[in-house]
Amino acid sequence: MKKKPKKELLLQGNEAIVEGALRAGCRFFAGYPITPATEISELLSVKLPQVDGTFIQMEDEIASMGAIIGASLAGVKSMTATSGPGFSLMQENLGYAIIAEVPCVVVDAMRAGPSTGLPTSPSQCDVMQARWGTHGDHPIIVLCPSTVRECYDITITAFNLAEKFRTPVIILVDEVVAHMREKISLSDDEDVEIFNRVKPTVPPEWYIPYEDTPRGVPAMANFGEGYRYHVTGLTHDVRGFPTSRPDEIDPFIRRLFRKISQHFAEMQIGEFFETDDAETTIIAYGCVARSAKKAVRDARARGLKVGALKMNTIWPFMRTAVEKVLQTSKTIIVPEMNMGQMSREVKRVNKTDAKVFTINKVDGTIITPEEILSKIKEVH
Amino acid sequence: MTEVTKLIHKYLRHDKKFPHVWCPGCGIGIMLGSLIRAIDECGYNKDEIALVSGIGCTGRLPVYVDFNTLHTTHGRALTFATGIKLAKPGMKVIVVMGDGDAVAIGGNHFIHAARRNVDISAIILNNSVYGMTGGQYSPTTPYGMKTTTSPYTNVEQSFKISELAVTAGATFVARGTVYHAKMLDSLMEKAFHKKGFSVVEVIGHCHTQYGKLNRMGSAVEMMTWQKDHAVTIEKAAQMKEEELKDKFKIGVLVDKELPVFHEEYEKVRKWAKGVR
Repeated sequence: MKKKPKKELLLQGNEAIVEGALRAGCRFFAGYPITPATEISELLSVKLPQVDGTFIQMEDEIASMGAIIGASLAGVKSMTATSGPGFSLMQENLGYAIIAEVPCVVVDAMRAGPSTGLPTSPSQCDVMQARWGTHGDHPIIVLCPSTVRECYDITITAFNLAEKFRTPVIILVDEVVAHMREKISLSDDEDVEIFNRVKPTVPPEWYIPYEDTPRGVPAMANFGEGYRYHVTGLTHDVRGFPTSRPDEIDPFIRRLFRKISQHFAEMQIGEFFETDDAETTIIAYGCVARSAKKAVRDARARGLKVGALKMNTIWPFMRTAVEKVLQTSKTIIVPEMNMGQMSREVKRVNKTDAKVFTINKVDGTIITPEEILSKIKEVH
Repeated sequence: MTEVTKLIHKYLRHDKKFPHVWCPGCGIGIMLGSLIRAIDECGYNKDEIALVSGIGCTGRLPVYVDFNTLHTTHGRALTFATGIKLAKPGMKVIVVMGDGDAVAIGGNHFIHAARRNVDISAIILNNSVYGMTGGQYSPTTPYGMKTTTSPYTNVEQSFKISELAVTAGATFVARGTVYHAKMLDSLMEKAFHKKGFSVVEVIGHCHTQYGKLNRMGSAVEMMTWQKDHAVTIEKAAQMKEEELKDKFKIGVLVDKELPVFHEEYEKVRKWAKGVR
């Protein structure tokens, strides 16, 4: 079979996110300017109207999050993009999207904090904000690319998971990956699987909008299509109406967790790099995963048995993959551009004799391969 | 059943367990009646209406009626409504809010929705107090009034919601009261017909909290107060300033034409595709 000419592009991480979003079917974006996420807004303001989509710049990030939920309820795949300070403002309505089970995608191009912090410096300090930033007990899906190609692929995956599980999906991208340019080829783009929300097939009078199903995900009717139902941020019964009955609240909250936990395997994206015989394994994500891989190659060149686990799924925590390297390695190193948000999770699940070391960099600069390599030499 | 009641029942959700959350004598029910009559008069079908609300006593309104209903977070109803309208411009999007919802926590969204001229009708019940949480002062509590968080009387100045909407650029602004129910029907109908951001401020009463603390009497007495203090815009034009001192104006404050967001955005789509 004759292959189509290669579609090769030199793209920034943020631009690849835009391409991925459009490929996934995103047709609505609401956002508020913030560094280092602004390129996503700017590019979508050009591209969305070209494909009959809608771009709107809202008055703040609270409004942006509200608008994308509204658009998604009306049946349009939607997204917003921000950085740490704006992500904090989005937490309120992010919780709404979780409880009302509205698919949407939120990009957080991380910068150093707290507060206004370092607007143009890289960081990975929103790992826990993404997990627990909104109040209340809830599950969440958070993905993290470390290359421009992954920005594209992971954005498509984010939309697919959002639609499949009726949940917001967060993409955590650090400033390095957001602004870095790499050549990517989209020639295999035709085979991409795009998932759209499952709509009800029953007549409107039989439709139970928050009904439990074996998958834990109810069918979703779009507003204006004949299925009139109630959507609320209050804890609700299967009909969507507010409830204070313990026998209705408990199964609802448990179903929210179950729909994610029971499909855990579908959300696990990562890479074992030279880990088979590794005595020391680096666990890393985002731009640090790139430095980790380079450090592994350099260590191997020196005859050291070192490998890396690259995490592209941040939440739900890649417990199975992490436990695997904990069992096979004597030493684990978790380098992160924060004070240890992910290493804490690694230590939490460690039931082996493996020692977990950390590299924590919080000065607004990236963790270099040399820094990881010197830690390897120190602890291997 | 009288004809009026029959009409209301046509739009109520009968699978939702009543009673509703409102206190006996509350004006929100009257506002809901007007809303239903105006929707019926406009001839919308139930599927094309999205009724969106925020948090508070008024925020509970959509759950009782048979439309696409969305009960959002506090103050944010207009942002969700903006998303719905732009994603499905064919829908008629109506937002109901209380005074705290609309102009305290949601004040920024309110002025920007008005400025942006998204085709949404905002119905705001102004009862000068946070009722659901127990009667705290709101941005529309007049100076000198008592609430549970201004026990020595309120020392802040208050917003005039309709005038704020006019300044922010809303294309249609009207004020009514729950006492003047017939007039409220027609104000809402006009607002729904308006293409652009329309606002109807509904002066209501909270006899349970605000009325009790300020010795304003029962619901009936508070509605009588509305009757005695409301002056139509036409009548006010012929009155002297001192006669209007403790009065408020009801009727249509603004009715103007401005480009509507989703229609303007259609132009953007054409330009984006290279069509000039």
